[in-house]
Amino acid sequence: MNKYVERLYNGVIKENPTLILLLGMCPTLAVSTRAMNGIGMGLSTTAVLILSNLVISLLRKTIPDEVRLPAYIVIVASLVTVTELLIEAYLPSLYEALGIYIPLIVVNCIILGRAEAYANKHTPLLSVMDGIGMGIGFTLALTVAGLIREMLGNGTAFGLQLLPKGIDPIGIFVQPPGAFLVIAFIIAIMNAIGIKTRQRKLVDGGCDGLCAGCTSKCDREASAK
Amino acid sequence: MKNLILIIISGALINNVVLNQFLGICSFLGVSKQMKASASLGGAVIFVITIASAVASLLYTYVLAPLGLDFMKTIVFILVIAALVQIVEMFLKKTSPGVYKSLGIYLPLITTNCAVLGVALTNVQNGYNFIESVLSGFGTAVGFTLAIVLLASIRTRIREEDIPAPLRGAPIVLISAALMSIAFMGFAGLSF
Repeated sequence: MNKYVERLYNGVIKENPTLILLLGMCPTLAVSTRAMNGIGMGLSTTAVLILSNLVISLLRKTIPDEVRLPAYIVIVASLVTVTELLIEAYLPSLYEALGIYIPLIVVNCIILGRAEAYANKHTPLLSVMDGIGMGIGFTLALTVAGLIREMLGNGTAFGLQLLPKGIDPIGIFVQPPGAFLVIAFIIAIMNAIGIKTRQRKLVDGGCDGLCAGCTSKCDREASAK
Repeated sequence: MKNLILIIISGALINNVVLNQFLGICSFLGVSKQMKASASLGGAVIFVITIASAVASLLYTYVLAPLGLDFMKTIVFILVIAALVQIVEMFLKKTSPGVYKSLGIYLPLITTNCAVLGVALTNVQNGYNFIESVLSGFGTAVGFTLAIVLLASIRTRIREEDIPAPLRGAPIVLISAALMSIAFMGFAGLSF
Protein backbone atom coordinates (compact mmCIF):
# COMPACT_ATOMS: atom_id res chain seq x y z
CA MET A 1 0.00 0.00 0.00
CA ASN A 2 1.17 3.46 -0.91
CA LYS A 3 2.29 5.33 2.22
CA TYR A 4 -0.15 8.20 1.67
CA VAL A 5 -3.11 5.83 1.40
CA GLU A 6 -1.75 3.97 4.42
CA ARG A 7 -2.13 7.22 6.45
CA LEU A 8 -5.84 7.38 5.54
CA TYR A 9 -6.39 3.72 6.48
CA ASN A 10 -4.49 4.27 9.71
CA GLY A 11 -6.60 7.27 10.73
CA VAL A 12 -10.00 5.88 9.79
CA ILE A 13 -9.62 2.26 10.90
CA LYS A 14 -6.39 1.12 12.49
CA GLU A 15 -5.90 4.02 14.91
CA ASN A 16 -9.35 5.58 14.86
CA PRO A 17 -8.81 8.50 17.27
CA THR A 18 -12.16 8.23 19.05
CA LEU A 19 -12.96 4.52 19.11
CA ILE A 20 -9.50 2.92 19.27
CA LEU A 21 -7.30 5.58 20.91
CA LEU A 22 -10.16 7.06 22.99
CA LEU A 23 -9.08 10.65 22.34
CA GLY A 24 -11.26 13.74 22.11
CA MET A 25 -13.99 12.33 24.32
CA CYS A 26 -15.37 15.74 25.36
CA PRO A 27 -16.75 16.78 21.94
CA THR A 28 -17.72 13.18 21.14
CA LEU A 29 -19.97 13.00 24.19
CA ALA A 30 -21.22 16.57 24.00
CA VAL A 31 -22.30 17.14 20.40
CA SER A 32 -23.45 13.65 19.41
CA THR A 33 -27.11 14.45 20.18
CA ARG A 34 -27.88 14.63 16.44
CA ALA A 35 -26.15 12.97 13.48
CA MET A 36 -25.93 16.35 11.68
CA ASN A 37 -24.21 17.96 14.68
CA GLY A 38 -21.73 15.08 14.65
CA ILE A 39 -20.90 15.70 10.99
CA GLY A 40 -20.62 19.46 11.54
CA MET A 41 -18.32 19.11 14.55
CA GLY A 42 -16.31 16.36 12.83
CA LEU A 43 -15.71 18.41 9.69
CA SER A 44 -14.82 21.59 11.63
CA THR A 45 -12.27 19.63 13.65
CA THR A 46 -10.98 17.96 10.48
CA ALA A 47 -10.39 21.35 8.83
CA VAL A 48 -8.46 22.61 11.87
CA LEU A 49 -6.53 19.33 12.14
CA ILE A 50 -5.43 19.31 8.47
CA LEU A 51 -4.30 22.95 8.58
CA SER A 52 -2.58 22.64 11.96
CA ASN A 53 -0.74 19.50 10.81
CA LEU A 54 0.33 21.33 7.65
CA VAL A 55 1.55 24.48 9.43
CA ILE A 56 3.29 22.60 12.23
CA SER A 57 4.96 20.25 9.77
CA LEU A 58 6.19 23.21 7.69
CA LEU A 59 7.54 24.92 10.81
CA ARG A 60 8.94 21.76 12.40
CA LYS A 61 12.56 22.83 11.86
CA THR A 62 11.90 26.46 12.90
CA ILE A 63 10.13 26.00 16.23
CA PRO A 64 12.63 25.46 19.07
CA ASP A 65 11.99 22.29 20.98
CA GLU A 66 11.61 23.94 24.41
CA VAL A 67 8.70 26.19 23.44
CA ARG A 68 6.99 23.85 21.01
CA LEU A 69 3.83 23.29 23.04
CA PRO A 70 2.99 27.00 23.48
CA ALA A 71 3.80 27.51 19.79
CA TYR A 72 1.44 24.68 18.78
CA ILE A 73 -1.29 26.07 21.03
CA VAL A 74 -1.03 29.52 19.39
CA ILE A 75 -1.18 27.99 15.89
CA VAL A 76 -4.17 25.80 16.76
CA ALA A 77 -5.99 28.62 18.60
CA SER A 78 -5.60 30.96 15.60
CA LEU A 79 -6.94 28.31 13.21
CA VAL A 80 -9.87 27.60 15.54
CA THR A 81 -10.73 31.31 15.75
CA VAL A 82 -10.79 31.54 11.94
CA THR A 83 -12.99 28.43 11.74
CA GLU A 84 -15.33 29.79 14.42
CA LEU A 85 -15.78 33.09 12.57
CA LEU A 86 -16.42 31.28 9.27
CA ILE A 87 -19.05 28.98 10.82
CA GLU A 88 -20.71 31.94 12.54
CA ALA A 89 -20.91 33.78 9.21
CA TYR A 90 -21.96 31.00 6.85
CA LEU A 91 -23.62 28.29 8.98
CA PRO A 92 -25.42 30.15 11.79
CA SER A 93 -27.67 27.20 12.70
CA LEU A 94 -24.66 24.90 13.18
CA TYR A 95 -22.95 27.68 15.19
CA GLU A 96 -26.01 27.80 17.45
CA ALA A 97 -26.11 24.00 17.88
CA LEU A 98 -22.41 23.51 18.66
CA GLY A 99 -22.06 26.64 20.81
CA ILE A 100 -19.10 26.66 23.17
CA TYR A 101 -17.71 23.41 21.75
CA ILE A 102 -16.38 25.23 18.66
CA PRO A 103 -13.80 27.34 20.55
CA LEU A 104 -13.06 24.26 22.66
CA ILE A 105 -11.62 22.53 19.57
CA VAL A 106 -8.41 24.24 20.76
CA VAL A 107 -8.10 21.82 23.66
CA ASN A 108 -9.21 18.77 21.66
CA CYS A 109 -6.66 16.10 22.54
CA ILE A 110 -6.56 14.79 18.96
CA ILE A 111 -5.14 18.00 17.48
CA LEU A 112 -2.28 18.57 19.93
CA GLY A 113 -1.74 14.82 20.04
CA ARG A 114 -1.23 14.55 16.26
CA ALA A 115 0.99 17.64 16.24
CA GLU A 116 3.20 16.11 18.90
CA ALA A 117 3.09 12.49 17.73
CA TYR A 118 3.17 12.93 13.95
CA ALA A 119 3.30 16.38 12.32
CA ASN A 120 6.52 17.54 13.97
CA LYS A 121 8.44 14.54 12.62
CA HIS A 122 7.05 14.10 9.09
CA THR A 123 6.86 15.90 5.75
CA PRO A 124 3.97 18.35 5.11
CA LEU A 125 2.23 16.12 2.56
CA LEU A 126 2.27 13.07 4.84
CA SER A 127 1.07 15.22 7.75
CA VAL A 128 -1.84 16.53 5.69
CA MET A 129 -2.82 12.97 4.78
CA ASP A 130 -2.57 12.03 8.45
CA GLY A 131 -4.86 14.97 9.30
CA ILE A 132 -7.38 13.90 6.66
CA GLY A 133 -7.35 10.27 7.87
CA MET A 134 -7.68 11.15 11.56
CA GLY A 135 -10.33 13.77 10.75
CA ILE A 136 -12.46 11.34 8.76
CA GLY A 137 -12.09 8.74 11.51
CA PHE A 138 -13.24 11.28 14.11
CA THR A 139 -16.14 12.48 11.90
CA LEU A 140 -17.31 8.90 11.28
CA ALA A 141 -17.25 8.02 14.97
CA LEU A 142 -19.15 11.20 15.90
CA THR A 143 -21.73 10.63 13.16
CA VAL A 144 -22.33 7.01 14.18
CA ALA A 145 -22.72 7.98 17.85
CA GLY A 146 -24.96 10.88 16.84
CA LEU A 147 -27.09 8.68 14.60
CA ILE A 148 -27.61 6.06 17.32
CA ARG A 149 -28.53 8.71 19.89
CA GLU A 150 -30.82 10.53 17.47
CA MET A 151 -32.64 7.34 16.45
CA LEU A 152 -33.14 6.07 20.01
CA GLY A 153 -33.73 9.39 21.71
CA ASN A 154 -35.62 11.36 19.11
CA GLY A 155 -36.93 8.78 16.64
CA THR A 156 -35.32 10.52 13.67
CA ALA A 157 -32.26 10.01 11.44
CA PHE A 158 -30.62 13.12 9.95
CA GLY A 159 -33.86 14.93 10.81
CA LEU A 160 -36.12 12.45 8.96
CA GLN A 161 -38.90 10.87 11.03
CA LEU A 162 -38.26 7.13 11.53
CA LEU A 163 -40.61 6.09 14.32
CA PRO A 164 -44.33 6.17 13.53
CA LYS A 165 -46.36 8.69 15.50
CA GLY A 166 -47.65 7.25 18.77
CA ILE A 167 -44.42 5.45 19.71
CA ASP A 168 -42.41 7.53 22.15
CA PRO A 169 -38.64 7.60 21.66
CA ILE A 170 -36.40 6.99 24.71
CA GLY A 171 -35.70 10.58 25.66
CA ILE A 172 -32.76 9.84 27.94
CA PHE A 173 -30.54 9.03 24.94
CA VAL A 174 -30.43 12.65 23.79
CA GLN A 175 -29.74 13.80 27.34
CA PRO A 176 -26.27 13.69 28.97
CA PRO A 177 -26.50 10.12 30.43
CA GLY A 178 -27.30 8.76 26.95
CA ALA A 179 -23.96 10.02 25.65
CA PHE A 180 -22.01 8.00 28.21
CA LEU A 181 -24.17 4.92 27.65
CA VAL A 182 -23.96 4.92 23.83
CA ILE A 183 -20.18 5.38 23.76
CA ALA A 184 -19.79 2.72 26.48
CA PHE A 185 -21.75 0.18 24.45
CA ILE A 186 -20.02 1.03 21.15
CA ILE A 187 -16.67 0.30 22.83
CA ALA A 188 -18.09 -2.81 24.54
CA ILE A 189 -19.33 -4.17 21.19
CA MET A 190 -15.92 -3.50 19.67
CA ASN A 191 -14.31 -5.36 22.57
CA ALA A 192 -16.73 -8.26 22.11
CA ILE A 193 -15.89 -8.71 18.42
CA GLY A 194 -12.21 -8.49 19.18
CA ILE A 195 -11.22 -4.97 18.21
CA LYS A 196 -9.02 -3.84 21.06
CA THR A 197 -8.94 -0.24 22.22
CA ARG A 198 -5.40 0.90 22.79
CA GLN A 199 -5.01 2.99 25.89
CA ARG A 200 -1.52 3.89 26.87
CA LYS A 201 -0.16 2.50 30.09
CA LEU A 202 -0.59 4.62 33.15
CA VAL A 203 2.53 6.71 33.63
CA ASP A 204 3.17 7.96 37.13
CA GLY A 205 -0.38 7.45 38.28
CA GLY A 206 -1.58 10.49 36.39
CA CYS A 207 -1.45 10.10 32.67
CA ASP A 208 -3.68 7.76 30.82
CA GLY A 209 -3.98 7.11 27.12
CA LEU A 210 -7.30 8.92 27.38
CA CYS A 211 -5.62 12.24 26.82
CA ALA A 212 -3.02 12.81 24.15
CA GLY A 213 -2.68 16.46 25.02
CA CYS A 214 -1.10 15.48 28.27
CA THR A 215 0.81 12.45 27.00
CA SER A 216 3.61 14.67 25.78
CA LYS A 217 3.84 16.17 29.24
CA CYS A 218 3.70 12.75 30.83
CA ASP A 219 6.44 11.44 28.57
CA ARG A 220 8.62 14.35 29.59
CA GLU A 221 7.81 13.81 33.26
CA ALA A 222 8.66 10.15 32.88
CA SER A 223 11.89 10.80 31.00
CA ALA A 224 12.94 13.42 33.55
CA LYS A 225 12.89 10.80 36.27
CA MET B 1 -26.92 37.58 47.35
CA LYS B 2 -29.42 34.87 46.38
CA ASN B 3 -28.18 35.25 42.83
CA LEU B 4 -24.56 34.60 43.85
CA ILE B 5 -25.43 31.48 45.85
CA LEU B 6 -27.43 30.23 42.89
CA ILE B 7 -24.37 30.64 40.62
CA ILE B 8 -22.29 28.40 42.90
CA ILE B 9 -25.01 25.74 43.26
CA SER B 10 -25.73 25.82 39.55
CA GLY B 11 -22.03 25.42 38.71
CA ALA B 12 -21.43 22.60 41.18
CA LEU B 13 -24.63 20.56 40.95
CA ILE B 14 -27.24 21.57 38.38
CA ASN B 15 -24.93 22.14 35.40
CA ASN B 16 -22.18 19.83 36.62
CA VAL B 17 -19.21 20.49 34.39
CA VAL B 18 -18.35 16.83 33.79
CA LEU B 19 -21.64 14.99 33.96
CA ASN B 20 -23.79 17.58 32.24
CA GLN B 21 -21.47 19.61 30.01
CA PHE B 22 -18.81 16.99 29.22
CA LEU B 23 -15.83 19.24 29.95
CA GLY B 24 -12.69 17.75 31.47
CA ILE B 25 -13.67 14.21 30.51
CA CYS B 26 -10.05 13.28 29.77
CA SER B 27 -8.83 13.70 33.32
CA PHE B 28 -12.20 12.59 34.74
CA LEU B 29 -11.81 9.16 33.11
CA GLY B 30 -8.02 9.01 33.24
CA VAL B 31 -7.18 10.01 36.80
CA SER B 32 -10.19 8.51 38.61
CA LYS B 33 -8.40 5.16 38.89
CA GLN B 34 -7.02 6.18 42.26
CA MET B 35 -8.85 7.88 45.07
CA LYS B 36 -5.89 9.87 46.38
CA ALA B 37 -4.87 11.11 42.94
CA SER B 38 -8.45 12.18 42.26
CA ALA B 39 -8.63 14.24 45.43
CA SER B 40 -5.26 15.90 44.65
CA LEU B 41 -6.35 16.71 41.10
CA GLY B 42 -9.62 18.10 42.44
CA GLY B 43 -7.72 20.41 44.79
CA ALA B 44 -5.46 21.62 41.99
CA VAL B 45 -8.43 22.19 39.68
CA ILE B 46 -10.34 24.26 42.27
CA PHE B 47 -7.24 26.39 42.75
CA VAL B 48 -6.49 26.93 39.05
CA ILE B 49 -10.05 27.39 37.74
CA THR B 50 -10.89 29.99 40.41
CA ILE B 51 -7.77 32.03 39.63
CA ALA B 52 -8.15 31.55 35.87
CA SER B 53 -11.77 32.76 35.94
CA ALA B 54 -10.71 35.87 37.87
CA VAL B 55 -7.83 36.70 35.51
CA ALA B 56 -9.84 35.95 32.37
CA SER B 57 -12.71 38.12 33.58
CA LEU B 58 -10.40 41.06 34.33
CA LEU B 59 -8.60 40.70 30.99
CA TYR B 60 -11.85 40.54 29.06
CA THR B 61 -13.51 43.50 30.80
CA TYR B 62 -10.52 45.85 30.85
CA VAL B 63 -8.43 44.85 27.82
CA LEU B 64 -10.24 42.81 25.17
CA ALA B 65 -13.72 44.39 25.27
CA PRO B 66 -12.61 48.07 25.25
CA LEU B 67 -10.17 47.43 22.38
CA GLY B 68 -12.80 45.58 20.35
CA LEU B 69 -10.66 42.42 20.34
CA ASP B 70 -13.54 40.18 21.33
CA PHE B 71 -12.68 37.58 18.68
CA MET B 72 -9.21 37.10 20.19
CA LYS B 73 -10.60 35.70 23.43
CA THR B 74 -9.94 32.01 22.67
CA ILE B 75 -6.25 32.62 21.88
CA VAL B 76 -5.73 35.01 24.78
CA PHE B 77 -7.51 32.80 27.32
CA ILE B 78 -5.64 29.61 26.43
CA LEU B 79 -2.29 31.41 26.64
CA VAL B 80 -3.24 33.03 29.94
CA ILE B 81 -4.27 29.65 31.34
CA ALA B 82 -1.03 27.99 30.21
CA ALA B 83 1.04 30.82 31.70
CA LEU B 84 -1.04 30.87 34.86
CA VAL B 85 -0.53 27.17 35.50
CA GLN B 86 3.23 27.69 35.18
CA ILE B 87 3.17 30.67 37.57
CA VAL B 88 1.01 28.87 40.13
CA GLU B 89 3.39 25.94 39.93
CA MET B 90 6.49 28.08 40.53
CA PHE B 91 4.75 30.06 43.28
CA LEU B 92 3.65 26.94 45.15
CA LYS B 93 7.08 25.36 44.77
CA LYS B 94 8.68 28.36 46.52
CA THR B 95 6.08 29.19 49.16
CA SER B 96 4.45 25.91 50.16
CA PRO B 97 6.47 22.86 49.12
CA GLY B 98 4.03 20.61 51.02
CA VAL B 99 1.04 21.57 48.87
CA TYR B 100 3.23 21.50 45.75
CA LYS B 101 4.36 17.99 46.51
CA SER B 102 0.86 16.68 47.14
CA LEU B 103 -0.41 18.13 43.84
CA GLY B 104 2.59 16.68 42.02
CA ILE B 105 2.22 16.28 38.29
CA TYR B 106 -1.49 17.11 38.37
CA LEU B 107 -0.79 20.82 38.25
CA PRO B 108 0.81 20.94 34.76
CA LEU B 109 -1.83 18.56 33.42
CA ILE B 110 -4.54 21.11 34.10
CA THR B 111 -3.55 23.20 31.07
CA THR B 112 -5.05 20.54 28.83
CA ASN B 113 -8.21 20.27 30.93
CA CYS B 114 -10.90 21.78 28.76
CA ALA B 115 -12.99 22.69 31.80
CA VAL B 116 -10.68 25.66 32.54
CA LEU B 117 -11.08 27.23 29.10
CA GLY B 118 -14.74 26.21 29.04
CA VAL B 119 -15.55 28.07 32.26
CA ALA B 120 -13.69 31.21 31.13
CA LEU B 121 -15.61 31.26 27.84
CA THR B 122 -18.99 30.49 29.45
CA ASN B 123 -18.50 33.35 31.93
CA VAL B 124 -17.97 35.79 29.07
CA GLN B 125 -20.95 34.33 27.19
CA ASN B 126 -23.22 34.77 30.24
CA GLY B 127 -21.97 38.33 30.74
CA TYR B 128 -20.87 37.68 34.34
CA ASN B 129 -19.11 40.46 36.24
CA PHE B 130 -15.88 39.87 38.19
CA ILE B 131 -17.42 38.46 41.38
CA GLU B 132 -19.90 36.30 39.50
CA SER B 133 -17.10 34.91 37.31
CA VAL B 134 -14.96 33.97 40.30
CA LEU B 135 -17.90 32.30 42.06
CA SER B 136 -18.98 30.46 38.93
CA GLY B 137 -15.40 29.24 38.44
CA PHE B 138 -15.23 28.10 42.06
CA GLY B 139 -18.61 26.35 41.86
CA THR B 140 -17.72 24.58 38.64
CA ALA B 141 -14.41 23.36 40.04
CA VAL B 142 -16.13 22.07 43.19
CA GLY B 143 -18.54 20.20 40.88
CA PHE B 144 -15.59 18.67 39.02
CA THR B 145 -13.95 17.58 42.28
CA LEU B 146 -17.20 16.10 43.57
CA ALA B 147 -17.73 14.12 40.36
CA ILE B 148 -14.17 12.78 40.10
CA VAL B 149 -13.99 11.76 43.78
CA LEU B 150 -17.36 9.99 43.52
CA LEU B 151 -16.29 8.15 40.34
CA ALA B 152 -12.98 7.16 41.93
CA SER B 153 -14.77 5.61 44.89
CA ILE B 154 -17.14 3.75 42.56
CA ARG B 155 -14.14 2.45 40.62
CA THR B 156 -12.41 1.11 43.74
CA ARG B 157 -15.53 -1.04 44.27
CA ILE B 158 -15.83 -2.07 40.62
CA ARG B 159 -12.30 -3.45 40.82
CA GLU B 160 -13.50 -6.22 43.16
CA GLU B 161 -16.40 -7.26 40.94
CA ASP B 162 -16.61 -9.86 38.21
CA ILE B 163 -17.55 -7.83 35.15
CA PRO B 164 -18.40 -9.39 31.74
CA ALA B 165 -15.22 -9.34 29.64
CA PRO B 166 -16.32 -6.91 26.88
CA LEU B 167 -17.36 -4.33 29.47
CA ARG B 168 -14.03 -4.31 31.31
CA GLY B 169 -11.98 -1.14 31.15
CA ALA B 170 -13.45 1.96 29.55
CA PRO B 171 -17.06 0.74 29.01
CA ILE B 172 -17.87 0.02 32.67
CA VAL B 173 -16.38 3.37 33.70
CA LEU B 174 -18.54 5.15 31.12
CA ILE B 175 -21.62 3.25 32.31
CA SER B 176 -20.87 4.28 35.92
CA ALA B 177 -20.55 7.86 34.70
CA ALA B 178 -23.90 7.52 32.91
CA LEU B 179 -25.60 6.37 36.13
CA MET B 180 -23.99 9.25 38.05
CA SER B 181 -25.20 11.59 35.36
CA ILE B 182 -28.77 10.31 35.76
CA ALA B 183 -28.50 10.90 39.51
CA PHE B 184 -27.22 14.43 38.93
CA MET B 185 -30.15 15.16 36.62
CA GLY B 186 -32.22 15.14 39.81
CA PHE B 187 -30.53 18.39 40.83
CA ALA B 188 -32.30 20.12 37.96
CA GLY B 189 -35.20 20.44 40.40
CA LEU B 190 -33.05 22.85 42.44
CA SER B 191 -33.12 25.57 39.79
CA PHE B 192 -35.68 28.14 40.77
